[in-house]
Amino acid sequence: MIKVEHLSKHYGQAKAVNDISFEVVDGDNLVLLGTSGCGKTTTLKMLNRLIEPTSGQIWINGQDITSQSPELLRRGIGYVLQNTGLFPHYTIVENIAVVPSLLKWDKQRIKNRTQELIQKLHLPDDVLQKYPHELSGGQQQRIGLARALIADAPVLLMDEPFGALDNITRAKIQDDFKTLDELQRKTIVMVTHDVQEAFELGDQIAIMDQGRIVQQGTPAELLFKPASRFVSDFLQSQRLQLELRSVNLNAIASALPDNIVGAQEAASLNGASSIWQAMEVLKDARHPVNVKLADGTLKAINFTDLMLAYESYQNQAKA
Amino acid sequence: MNGQQTLWQFMQQQSGKLLTQTVEHIGLTFISLLIAVVIGLPLGIFIARKKQFSGAVLGIAGVLQTIPSIALLGFMIPLLGIGPKPAIVALFLYALLPIIRNAFTGITGVNPSVKEAAQAMGMSAWQILFKVELPLAMPVILAGIRTATVINVGVATLASYIAAGGLGEFIFGGISLNNSNMILAGAIPAALLAILFDLALALLQKISFKKLKFGLYAMLAIAIVLAALYLIPTSSSSKLTAGFTPEFMGREDGNLGLQKKYDLKIHTIVINDAVMYKAAFEKEIDVISGYSTDGRLKAYNLVVLEDDKKIFPPYYAAPIVRQDALQKFPDLEKALNMLSGHINDSVMTDLNYRTDYLHQTPERVAKDFLVAQHLYKPATAGKSGTVRIGSKVFGEQYILANMYSMLIEGYTPYHAATKTGLGGTKICFDALTNNQIDFYPEYTGTGLLVLLQPNPAVLQHIEADKDKTYQYVQQQFIKRYKIQWLKPIGFNNAYALMMRKQQTDKLGIKTISDLKRFLDSEQ
Repeated sequence: MIKVEHLSKHYGQAKAVNDISFEVVDGDNLVLLGTSGCGKTTTLKMLNRLIEPTSGQIWINGQDITSQSPELLRRGIGYVLQNTGLFPHYTIVENIAVVPSLLKWDKQRIKNRTQELIQKLHLPDDVLQKYPHELSGGQQQRIGLARALIADAPVLLMDEPFGALDNITRAKIQDDFKTLDELQRKTIVMVTHDVQEAFELGDQIAIMDQGRIVQQGTPAELLFKPASRFVSDFLQSQRLQLELRSVNLNAIASALPDNIVGAQEAASLNGASSIWQAMEVLKDARHPVNVKLADGTLKAINFTDLMLAYESYQNQAKA
Repeated sequence: MNGQQTLWQFMQQQSGKLLTQTVEHIGLTFISLLIAVVIGLPLGIFIARKKQFSGAVLGIAGVLQTIPSIALLGFMIPLLGIGPKPAIVALFLYALLPIIRNAFTGITGVNPSVKEAAQAMGMSAWQILFKVELPLAMPVILAGIRTATVINVGVATLASYIAAGGLGEFIFGGISLNNSNMILAGAIPAALLAILFDLALALLQKISFKKLKFGLYAMLAIAIVLAALYLIPTSSSSKLTAGFTPEFMGREDGNLGLQKKYDLKIHTIVINDAVMYKAAFEKEIDVISGYSTDGRLKAYNLVVLEDDKKIFPPYYAAPIVRQDALQKFPDLEKALNMLSGHINDSVMTDLNYRTDYLHQTPERVAKDFLVAQHLYKPATAGKSGTVRIGSKVFGEQYILANMYSMLIEGYTPYHAATKTGLGGTKICFDALTNNQIDFYPEYTGTGLLVLLQPNPAVLQHIEADKDKTYQYVQQQFIKRYKIQWLKPIGFNNAYALMMRKQQTDKLGIKTISDLKRFLDSEQ
């Protein structure tokens, strides 16, 4: 668990980070979202002491981070940078092995762990002996991820990890990111200015502005219960898509009709699917489709049912 | 005579010397380079860390770089004496700037996100420096070392000025002795060294990051070995040390004559005449090959040893003029001859003393003298052409050039332009024959032995007689070069061996034969 209390960073008169507090529970993914200069990257870098705070305290797993040397602290925290920061004079295999070497792992252990990650990240074996500049941007970013994961640190910090990639590559890596088992059990703090990415990957999102956290909550909370005009304005331009992607069928279950079509038919949607995913399935369907909800019940719905249920959920949520 | 000798023959004949000089040259270059790397690299890293110091450090290194090499070597003598020490310090100072600057540029040029990643992985500051920053900055750092090496190979030729050896001994000796083979025998190996080292370092720069580490160690090892070559001490058997100019070393009426006629065996180092007197004064050396009218003789309390076996021929000074210039400027000859008979040895020594020791300008010394002799006339506005006056690069010649300039402007309708400070006999004479200057003051002995180089029979006939020498050079110069010797000025600026007065008094040495006896008794 990461706990931050009254954290501030001042540069002369400028308050880059101004008295913020937040918590990330184990296994959660907190996204710090905001425009350039809002203080999100400064906040992230204070977590592994790349930047020392002006005031405030940080605990990771109950331990004050200033209680050990910055080097030791950092070896226990994975870090992914926007521009990968791979060492151009090291081969890929050496790049991945930086932290284990610092931790003095034996060679066989490093080798086995590297192989495991290469497979999990869908990288070809022959990249290992290459140099970073010989790899594509997407491959480099995967190597950056592998380097951060190899020592299996419980905490992972990511600074705009997919920011430098083209849309298609980014979507692929984001998919991998969501399904990678290694990441499920990690406590992650990620910085991004990309609203869609934040809603896609974040369990919790903290919207930052001028060094402060304006609102922290789940994607749905931010959308339907914005704490201020700033938050609703911030999300306004992509609101519909964000809502459809962040609300799942379980959440609107009570508003769905109860007609069941042939219990023998397998469910082709489940309660965890987002409304967006359900729309993709239903838009071409000639017949209603079964949904298996969290409470185990089956409901058959069509596109109109879905839209009606969403509308009533919206009204309820905003009330 | 060796006039027809080819370069190859010369190099073969002098191969022993050439090898020593080359080794000395390499040694000087690498020892200073090594020190510059050892000091410059950490300094560059330091200012890359603490940028507030970068301006000051790079500024100082930059200023050091702009000090003319000869001046820098001159400054070193009072501090470090002569020989390799001051030369190495001077070369080290020259090598500093490129090394510091490139280390600074290389380290600050490392991609910040790579540095941040290294830090975030948990590397310590030293690990970041040695595993990330230095390997990535290495090509730039090597480029700096490469620049410094080439600079040092070049500047090391000047080390011979202060008796530190190197290929400069041949180069500057050759220039003084009008011996092209000797110049080339020094210049070609120096150029080859520069090219060779440059190529070798360029190769090292291209090697991949991995091998670079090895290459660096290899380079360090080679540099240490090459530097060590130089440190092999040169043992001296005699208690006195002689410092002779490169010109004196190679002359029949110089060191060669001393060895033949006096059988003088003395530990000898080669040194430039600009620093020779001072070095004798500072007791760095004991016997020097000075000029008998040099002002520093008086300034530094040195005495001339009597040439009891007459090996130094007379060096009466007289202006030498191209004949076509005399025709072009009909009033010139009369003006130049006005000085004749006005300056004897002691007058010239005194005039030299004023410039060398009292630091009066040559213009002032020249004018004061002409006024005192009632020869001075203010310049006429005459514009019937410009006479170009040359001079060699020492005080006496500057004074004479200034006197001639004033006489020409006062008594003739011509304008006078001085081109003073022409490196040596060869440069001055070449300038005259190639119509770059119209005349310059030359010495009969130099004309005879350096420029004409007659065969021994002729020398036997005329040597040591001032009138015969003058007549011979006058005839030969007209015949060979169409250059006219005008009337001698009156003083004889011959070579002379000099020692500190105190020392000669103590050791009871008055003549060169006395010196020889003293040296023999020592062994």
